Amino acid sequence: MIEIKGLHKYFGALHVLKGIDLNVEKGEVLSVIGSSGSGKSTLLYCINALEEIQKGAVIVDGVDVHAKSTDMNKLRQNLGMVFQQWNSFPHLTALENVALAPQIVKKHSKTDALAIAEKQLRHVGLGEKLNVYPSALSGGQQQRLAIARALAMEPEYMLFDEATSALDPELVGEVLETMRMLAEEGMTMICVTHEMGFARDVSDRVAYFHQGVMEEIGPPEQIFGDPKSEHTKKFLANVR
Amino acid sequence: MDYNFHWRPVFNKLPELLSAGLTTLEVATLSMIIGIFCGLLLAIARMSDNKLIRWPATVWVELARNTPALFQLFFFGFGLGAFSIHLSPYFIVVAGLAFNNAGYLAENFRGGFQAVPDTQIRAARSLGMTSTQTYIRIVIPQVLRIVYHPMTNQMVWAVLMSSLGMMVGFRELSGETQFFASKTYRMFEYFAVAALIYYAIVKVILGGAKLASFRLFRY
Repeated sequence: MIEIKGLHKYFGALHVLKGIDLNVEKGEVLSVIGSSGSGKSTLLYCINALEEIQKGAVIVDGVDVHAKSTDMNKLRQNLGMVFQQWNSFPHLTALENVALAPQIVKKHSKTDALAIAEKQLRHVGLGEKLNVYPSALSGGQQQRLAIARALAMEPEYMLFDEATSALDPELVGEVLETMRMLAEEGMTMICVTHEMGFARDVSDRVAYFHQGVMEEIGPPEQIFGDPKSEHTKKFLANVR
Repeated sequence: MDYNFHWRPVFNKLPELLSAGLTTLEVATLSMIIGIFCGLLLAIARMSDNKLIRWPATVWVELARNTPALFQLFFFGFGLGAFSIHLSPYFIVVAGLAFNNAGYLAENFRGGFQAVPDTQIRAARSLGMTSTQTYIRIVIPQVLRIVYHPMTNQMVWAVLMSSLGMMVGFRELSGETQFFASKTYRMFEYFAVAALIYYAIVKVILGGAKLASFRLFRY
């Protein structure tokens, strides 16, 4: 379980997250929506400690993420992350991209790491592209590669930071399809997204962020069908 | 014009000149290997937040880039001699060239590091890699590709700069050429042949670097 308690985050004088309280249960799919600059991506970075926090706490399976004594590198293995700019490693083939972390972080043998990588690449539908360099892959394929790379660490949680925002429209579908598949397999997911269709169909809950505050959270039917907050109503009216 | 060319003395000494050419290649290569290693450390040091790490690295880079390479060799030769540290000519040349290479390469590397997006580092760290693993497995391989051509140029430059070795009594290709030329007074002939040997060495390096780049950078 991920517990976020009274979380505050500043970038210098800029107050980006203003006291977020949020729990995500095992197996849950949470979509986080909101306009740009609302702090939703920053929230993800605070969960796997890619950003420091100024106040509050993030607790993953009972471990305080931002405590000095916490082994961040160990914790991150359990929190897979997929970025907006897919960030495939350009100097490694698809197979090597996925096999690297299992080999050097989890200390699997090279043979085992490659086997894990192949399995995950097949899982996301890249079985034909094992020995291809990322430059020869489309954006959608690179994003699926990034998903496979995160999955290879066998995380219990997956964080998606606008995974489809940088993709050409015709490539969005294949990535959403992969995310949908993970959700159906029972993966715990937090998806920061602008894809309202995905948020509505796949999530168990949807949270709406506005200027660093979580305005509203609830089941997708309620958020999309009967939003309580004026800000949420306005946002949804604009994106439709 | 009453100068008569005599090439025979030069051809008689060709084996010695070619062997000196190998010495030139050897000191240049060695000074590059040390230079790449030190240059990487300097580049990383110059990006450090710690003044005590950043400052000495900056001094090194500034001196290496803004003073004559010959003076840098003299420092390792005669400068250290003032402190009763006497290096052999071989070490003076290797150390002097390595010092110079490291300074130039450090600036290239720094540019290379800045060209690798931060998001690559974030992605690697999000997989649980330590910052050292991220540098060694993700950042540095990408930097090496970016700086590959500047590095090749520096290698050529190291070969040519090694001719300064003759000023500290080292018998690399120039020193050897000077030695024989002054014995026979066939200055033009000896140096013309030596120039051809330098030219051949450089061409071999450039060709080798090009071939290696096809093999190294398949992406």
